[in-house]
Amino acid sequence: MPLWVELLLRVGGVVVAFLTLPLLVGQAEHKVMAHMQGRLGPMYAGAFHGWAQLVADGVKFVQKEDVTPREADRPVFRLAPVVALVPYLLVLLVIPLGPGDLVGQPLDIGLFFVLAVVGVGVVAVLMSAWASANKYSLLGGLRGAAQLLGYELPLVLAAASVAMAAGTLSLSGIVEAWEPWWLLWQAPAMIVFFVAGLAEIRRPPFDMPIADSELVFGYLTEYTGLRFAFFLLAEYVGIVVIAALTTVLFLGGWQGPFADAQLGWLWTLLKVFAVSFVIIWLRVSYPRLREDQLQRLCWLVLVPVSLAQLVLTAAVRVAL
Amino acid sequence: MSDPSERSGVGERGLPGAGLVKGLAVTLKTMTRRSTTQQYPDVAPELPPRSRGVIALLEENCTVCMLCARECPDWCIYIDSHKEEVAVPGAARPRQRNVLDRFDIDFSLCMYCGICVEVCPFDALYWSPEFEYAEYDIKDLLHDKDHLGQWMGTVPPPPAHDPNGEPAKEESAAARKAAVPASPAARPAAPAVRPERGPAGEATTGDGEGGAS
Repeated sequence: MPLWVELLLRVGGVVVAFLTLPLLVGQAEHKVMAHMQGRLGPMYAGAFHGWAQLVADGVKFVQKEDVTPREADRPVFRLAPVVALVPYLLVLLVIPLGPGDLVGQPLDIGLFFVLAVVGVGVVAVLMSAWASANKYSLLGGLRGAAQLLGYELPLVLAAASVAMAAGTLSLSGIVEAWEPWWLLWQAPAMIVFFVAGLAEIRRPPFDMPIADSELVFGYLTEYTGLRFAFFLLAEYVGIVVIAALTTVLFLGGWQGPFADAQLGWLWTLLKVFAVSFVIIWLRVSYPRLREDQLQRLCWLVLVPVSLAQLVLTAAVRVAL
Repeated sequence: MSDPSERSGVGERGLPGAGLVKGLAVTLKTMTRRSTTQQYPDVAPELPPRSRGVIALLEENCTVCMLCARECPDWCIYIDSHKEEVAVPGAARPRQRNVLDRFDIDFSLCMYCGICVEVCPFDALYWSPEFEYAEYDIKDLLHDKDHLGQWMGTVPPPPAHDPNGEPAKEESAAARKAAVPASPAARPAAPAVRPERGPAGEATTGDGEGGAS
């Protein structure tokens, strides 16, 4: 296979995953949330249980007028949705779907790359917040910045614990080194990573930057049409990315009950969807954390737990 | 929140995180249950038989007594009529009867109190559960007697009598009438001022008082 065909295939595959998985998760969120609240959710778009609801939403967003406020910093304002979206696309590139070559771009420092790129999200939040020239946007953006910077630490520490356990920064390498008893060994790290990941993608109960009951819609207040849709898409890609990272780092990625070599991609996808379901489930179940509770949880619970996990991981590594 | 039982529950809280798990369990349980949502335009709602949807008119029963129009609190019933002579063969003189020309109800004014239905002595007005008669123009909510008559088809049969309820007035009255000749004691404290009730002096004042005491 010539290089360019392979390149095209890999990039195409990642783009397809980038476009379809968030829609699947979004549709699942519509339906799961509705049924958890005793409703039916979308029922009409696409004729069968509203399967095309998000497609219809997309068409609607495209038709909307693209408004840029007069006082807004135009180039920054317009660039922010892209900055929010692209990091997640890059992360999807290095997440292994199955064993061997079933990954967009195998990277030896995959974990490092992923954490670095996910951290770019805070720039998008600050860009959109500051450029909107709106006090609600600014408040939301500053809350978002504080939250993202705070939760970056437990996220990185928890991921470091896995990297220490596996002895590699390569995501494929971590999955290969993974063994089922790690579920117990790395359980605190998994919980810390998952919770911090939720906060990183600003999902409820960590949606303090958006907080529609106090901040209109936070840093998204001034966005309309396609740009707003980009931010929404970024949120759902974020779910996929966090679910995929949790899967790869803590749940054994493609390692399933049988036929890992052939069905590895299936196990990975199943785990990703299971974790996504938990993310949706948490959103439906819990109210939003207050700003001080949010920071308290980060600095007084998650950071100490992840540090303790690091000590534990190191101790077990040295002992074995 | 100020429920005292709930407050005591906070005092004796169990394991840390038990409340979080309970929250998750509630949402998961709700998800597995069937939703009770009725997809309205596709599925007609099951309305109880006594729903106050719209007032239907049974034109044959109307005698133009005007009771409904006069009792209506917001005067939304409009009635016009004229008298017609009906020549009955063999009768001394022709009879007169009222013919209904117009019977309109303005549903933009109607407050669905149902007094007209209650007050109609000839059962010409009925409640129908039909409710899909919204209009784009408020003037179109004035419905004439033909339209009101069309709704008669949607009037449900009266619901069965509640077995635990009081018997209907008609039934108890008929039973009382039937019971009078047999045993006057069963008659509950009837006023003794109607001497011609019952044959041969059974319902005289003396007997009535004896039964009551």
